[in-house]
Amino acid sequence: MISFKRYTTGHDGVRRNLLKGCAVLAGEPLVAFGSAPPRAEQPPTSSRGAPVPEPVATMAVRFDVNGATSRLQLDPRTTLLDALRDHMELTGTKKGCDHGQCGACTVLVNGERINACLSLALMHDGDRITTIEGLAAGEQLHPMQAAFIEHDGFQCGYCTSGQICSAVGMLDEVRRGMPSHVTADLGGKPALTDEEIRERMSGNLCRCSAYPNIVAAIRQAGTPS
Amino acid sequence: MEMNAPVDETLVDGTTPTVLGTPLDRVDGVLKVTGAARYAADHRLPDMLYGVMVAAAIGAGRIRAMDVAAVKRAPGVVLVLNHDNAPPQGTREPAAPQLRDARIRHVGQPIALVVATGFEQARDAAKSLHVRYDRTTGNFDTADLRVGARKPKPRYGSPPDTKVGHFDGAFDNADATFDRVFHTPDQSHAAIELHATLAWWEGDAVVIETANQMLKEAHASLAATLRLSPKRVRIVSRYIGGGFGGKLDVCADALLAAMASRMTGRPVKVVMTRQQVFFATSRRPQTAQRVRLGAGTDGRLVAIGHQSWGETTVGDAFWEPAALGTRMLYAAPHRLTQHRLGQRNKPRASSMRAPGEAVGMLALENAMDELAEQLDLDPVELRLRNEPARHPETDVPFSSRNLVACLNEGVGRFGWTDRNPKPRQRREGRFWIGTGMAAAVRGNPTQASTVRLRLHADGHVQLQTSMTDIGTGTYTILTQVAAELLDIAPDRIVVELGDTAFPYGAGSGGSWGAGSSGGSVYDAVSRLRQRLAMQGGIDIATARFRDGALTDGSHSLSLVDAARGGPVEVIGELKPGKNSKAFSQAAYGAHFVEVGVDADTAEVRVRRMLGVFAAGRILNEKTARSQCIGGMIFGIGTALSEQLVMDARYGSFINHDLAEYQIPVHADVPDIEVVFLPELDPASNPLKSKGIGELGISGVGAAITNAIYNAVGVRVRDYPVRLERLLEAMDRAAT
Repeated sequence: MISFKRYTTGHDGVRRNLLKGCAVLAGEPLVAFGSAPPRAEQPPTSSRGAPVPEPVATMAVRFDVNGATSRLQLDPRTTLLDALRDHMELTGTKKGCDHGQCGACTVLVNGERINACLSLALMHDGDRITTIEGLAAGEQLHPMQAAFIEHDGFQCGYCTSGQICSAVGMLDEVRRGMPSHVTADLGGKPALTDEEIRERMSGNLCRCSAYPNIVAAIRQAGTPS
Repeated sequence: MEMNAPVDETLVDGTTPTVLGTPLDRVDGVLKVTGAARYAADHRLPDMLYGVMVAAAIGAGRIRAMDVAAVKRAPGVVLVLNHDNAPPQGTREPAAPQLRDARIRHVGQPIALVVATGFEQARDAAKSLHVRYDRTTGNFDTADLRVGARKPKPRYGSPPDTKVGHFDGAFDNADATFDRVFHTPDQSHAAIELHATLAWWEGDAVVIETANQMLKEAHASLAATLRLSPKRVRIVSRYIGGGFGGKLDVCADALLAAMASRMTGRPVKVVMTRQQVFFATSRRPQTAQRVRLGAGTDGRLVAIGHQSWGETTVGDAFWEPAALGTRMLYAAPHRLTQHRLGQRNKPRASSMRAPGEAVGMLALENAMDELAEQLDLDPVELRLRNEPARHPETDVPFSSRNLVACLNEGVGRFGWTDRNPKPRQRREGRFWIGTGMAAAVRGNPTQASTVRLRLHADGHVQLQTSMTDIGTGTYTILTQVAAELLDIAPDRIVVELGDTAFPYGAGSGGSWGAGSSGGSVYDAVSRLRQRLAMQGGIDIATARFRDGALTDGSHSLSLVDAARGGPVEVIGELKPGKNSKAFSQAAYGAHFVEVGVDADTAEVRVRRMLGVFAAGRILNEKTARSQCIGGMIFGIGTALSEQLVMDARYGSFINHDLAEYQIPVHADVPDIEVVFLPELDPASNPLKSKGIGELGISGVGAAITNAIYNAVGVRVRDYPVRLERLLEAMDRAAT
């Protein structure tokens, strides 16, 4: 069976991977809801007049978010993004399109960056999730966060959580030798050039267009001092 | 204070600023990189309900029936708000009343709000709402914008038409002439933050947490629309995830959330979907622009004509002032500008980053490039030869104008003189390489703005104003202004913005935010200085804030002592005065761009960008540079990719999401150099600054397309220069 998770990771440009993403969504029922009760899509039509009270069908999920175990009872339609924002008060992760097109909801799942809007919370049972709120060590900012401030890698700040989480995940991909569309030698170790950074970060849109500053921040955070 | 005359020496002059102008990190930076800054959709309250909008699926007609009963039976649904049960509303711009009647004016018009206890429930129920329509023939066709176009009413204090001398005769008799029509498309602001509101009632007053750029206008219009006294309306927008003009209007999310909250007695949150934002908010309207230039063989313009046709939604009066920049940019004795406006069954047109200049300068600066070629002149030289000494239409003096210095600086830094003016001469691998330039201009108006300054006994200073920060850096620059003037550390200043409970601020729009709100802080500090001088018996003529005290050298009063009996509070105010009319006020700049055009696919890669700007005192070197870069990158989208494509059969934009409406991404953006020339503008405000939020986008798209011409020798006058348009033009030129 196709693993959903494998397809939601390699994230070097959401736009470029759109078709791939669609194929994944089409395959989704194969894996997700073996035990899910049928969803109440249509209200009962037999009764007229007073509305029929219906219990909300929920399911349990347990994952580790920013180092703490969370147990939630969720409407199975809840995306990971909405679970974080509406059920855990982790509103640092933003919704910019809800369709995997802008990258504002990027979080790290088991160390890999994904668009939290494109996966359902229940599919992450047992996963280790890191959001923007989990990057700093207490008062000590993550080097990527500090670099974003220093280089003014944002203006309005709305895409920033996604840019930072994406950048952290991306650097790890480079370290692991994953090539991108612009990597010349697919067998070699990719270098952290500006071209590589731009290519790998193109799934994270910034309408304020802080792009050159974001690249400078990532270059700094990704270069051993 | 009121700007009735140029300011003389100010409290900032005479010493070298140590905080103001420096590249201070954003004071809200930590909140933004840790996810702690809370935007409208981040707020939640106990017992809160979720509202999901339903949008019209047709472009013109009426709702015949809506199966509300079925949706009300869906799990969790508490309310279905539509035109049958929506309370009556007033009208006042920039809020548009919602759910007024069964009439459909454009695709995507909000027609209902489904409110439920859970978001997923509301979303599902909204999706299942069955609506039947009576469709009528919509007016969607924009192939010829002249059809039905009329002279609009004055807006922005500008008349739609201006005329100097005798344009027709001068143009007809000119040695060299240019006469072409340019098209610019509908565009979407596409701020990454979705329009969102959380509304709740406290007794008979409503609190609205929303994303709005200009709270003073939003407050008045929301109150009028909800038929409430303004005292019973409070709007809060502390952090705003980008605006670009798209959050000037009070949109459906705010009004529907307020109404639904009143009807349910519970807080209601409404967040538009990305697709809804494209239809239910506003857009930059398309234009057709005819530019005519007449010049002598000496390269001096004798006639400038700029006409623009546009459209907005049915019943609306917004017009895109495309010729605004043309009125002040170049000298010529005979001139004509004209705007005409039609109405269509399309979403509302409104201001988007640099309304007027952003699209008007595309046409004018392409025209100048073409004229320069015709005259065998360098395009920079053509501009230098037509530099006016005074405003070419109104004959008032410029408050400050350094376009010539920007052009000259850019020529040197960019290496412009190495350029071969003949197109299609430089080839690197697959790419034809070309360079282009354009001038930039953006008006610098001032708006009334106020601020409350409170000096506390622990020495910290609190500033409160309903001014907003949409990413522009307001929190940071107001901190810098106060810290500089009071000679205290920036971390002793607490700036609070975006709340109508505070004294009104200018709001973020029209590039006036920094100067107007910064000027109000200046005024507040001046008043505090007077107050403390009296309190401490200090000579006001020589009084200076130094080391946490106000001192004249012999007497001094420490800030801590001054506030010992309780906080000292003053209200600062800046008002535009006679300077608005007595001077032509604008910021200027010059863009230089290098592009590569793929010889086979016509793919355009922007390789290098330089922007040189003269924009008064720069209040923060770092955030100012970021704003200019942002504007220039907006221009890449304008030149190459951004266009809402109308399906004229149905009146719908076919590309209504962020995959299909293509804004620039990381991979599209090269290294960008921004240079600020030293300049002070004594007529603008006491800080002598100018707005820069919109200067960067002005003209830059034309510099890109001029560079494309230099690369491949063809011109596309229909924006954006999409791949297939350029490829077709290149193929035509090759045969």
